[in-house]
Amino acid sequence: MPMPDPILTIEGLNAHYGDFQALYDLSMHVEAGEVVAVIGANGAGKTTLLRSISGLLRNAPASVLWRGTPIGAMRADQIAAQGIALVPEGRLLFPSLSVEENLIIGGQSGRKGPWNLQRVYRLFPVLEERRNQASTSLSGGQQQMVAIGRALMSNPDVVLMDEISLGLAPVIIRQIYEALPGIVGEGLTAVLVEQDISKALSVSTRVYCLQEGRVSLEGQSQTVSRDDISRAYFGV
Amino acid sequence: MDWINAVIQGVLLGGLYALFAAGLSLIFGVMRLVNIAHGDLIVLSAYLALTVTTALGLHPLLALVIVVPGMALVGYTLQRAILNRTMGDDLLPPLLVTFGLSVIIQNALLAGYSADPQKLQAGEIETASVALGSIALGVMPLIVFATAVVVIAALQWMFYRTALGRAFRATSDNQDIAQLMGLNRAHVFGLAMGLSLAVTALAGVFLGMRTSFDPAAGSARLIFGFEAVIIGGLGNLWGTLAGGVILGVAQTLGAKINPGYQILAGHLVFLAILAIRPRGLFPRIDG
Repeated sequence: MPMPDPILTIEGLNAHYGDFQALYDLSMHVEAGEVVAVIGANGAGKTTLLRSISGLLRNAPASVLWRGTPIGAMRADQIAAQGIALVPEGRLLFPSLSVEENLIIGGQSGRKGPWNLQRVYRLFPVLEERRNQASTSLSGGQQQMVAIGRALMSNPDVVLMDEISLGLAPVIIRQIYEALPGIVGEGLTAVLVEQDISKALSVSTRVYCLQEGRVSLEGQSQTVSRDDISRAYFGV
Repeated sequence: MDWINAVIQGVLLGGLYALFAAGLSLIFGVMRLVNIAHGDLIVLSAYLALTVTTALGLHPLLALVIVVPGMALVGYTLQRAILNRTMGDDLLPPLLVTFGLSVIIQNALLAGYSADPQKLQAGEIETASVALGSIALGVMPLIVFATAVVVIAALQWMFYRTALGRAFRATSDNQDIAQLMGLNRAHVFGLAMGLSLAVTALAGVFLGMRTSFDPAAGSARLIFGFEAVIIGGLGNLWGTLAGGVILGVAQTLGAKINPGYQILAGHLVFLAILAIRPRGLFPRIDG
């Protein structure tokens, strides 16, 4: 019996910003239900990778496969409709929209699933108290909760999270990471880009390390050695 | 009494200017597009109404049933087929393309309808009036002003209370992230231009019932529309209505002093407001 296609496959991905090439022949795969961490130094191509998967950066069609189907050249709205959601780096909430409107617009693709306003408010009760406030009036941590909630509202099969701990106080980071099991518990697949390596390893099943646009290490998060990581991270 | 009369007539005229401006304000708010062809699209609507009224023998107000959806369709198609190709970080390409469009529309109208001034014949309603003390208020100006208030209120409601308005605001905030939410910006922009030209169609038909028009009449309407938007403050719809009213009152008061001063007075008030409050009287407060 043939193996089923991974939910997400990256195959020989070359990504460019104009003349600048950010990713070189990058390949990786994500199985359904996995939490995959992507680590690497600044400029290694982590954000470019997520932008390429989510369609904000368009590439060769076959360089990104969704359950075996090429989606590399699709528009971001078409990819969102397939069931891939992105929590962008820096949160990037809509400043003209209230907290609740930011969440509602996340769910506007109309995909069915367990996530709705009530469920997001149960996960992050503070957001319900502030539902009618401007999203810009929230603290950084609360804004990150909105950004995560907004992505979940589309009931994605895969959620991509870009540096969700960036610029937040440690206590807030702990709070957000404590919410993660409740998010990925029901078979939701996640790809997590994270600067904090120990955090990344503790919540993920597998890890990829990127270095200068290439995969420098792939391994099981629980068994990968620190030495291997520092070699893959810094290239020494 | 004459002065009070002039102010009231100016307020009512301001309703028409607000209708010129609302469509302009809407598309600038959603996609930062400065539409130089806006005035010519107003005149195009008037000609479209002229054709509908003469071909079908309809009253101009009834012709709205055809002209408004017709122009909305023109707007959506124009945006998807042409203007979306020019949209990007740079404001200049779409501006230049709408400038070219302005020239094309003027010349197409010239070729199709000749340079003769035309007017939409609305019959008795053109001269009907109601007395308010010693002041006579034209029924048509009252209808136009009431329409402007209703249109502005409806646009305001649409912007802040509906899914479409949410999509407009989100796309205006951040096009990439809006696209991630499943909103295709090409379609959202098309809808915004369609809505803008639907309002423009109203403005064009009212313009054609009020005065005569010719293929070159668009540029003055564009200026009045811009001035109303800027006076009121960019991105504020009720401000746009206020801007239209201020411009209208300035013009009728100027004309009261000397008939030759009508247009000049409007421009001077606009310049004065721009000098004192460069962001307009009621700028939108950005968070």
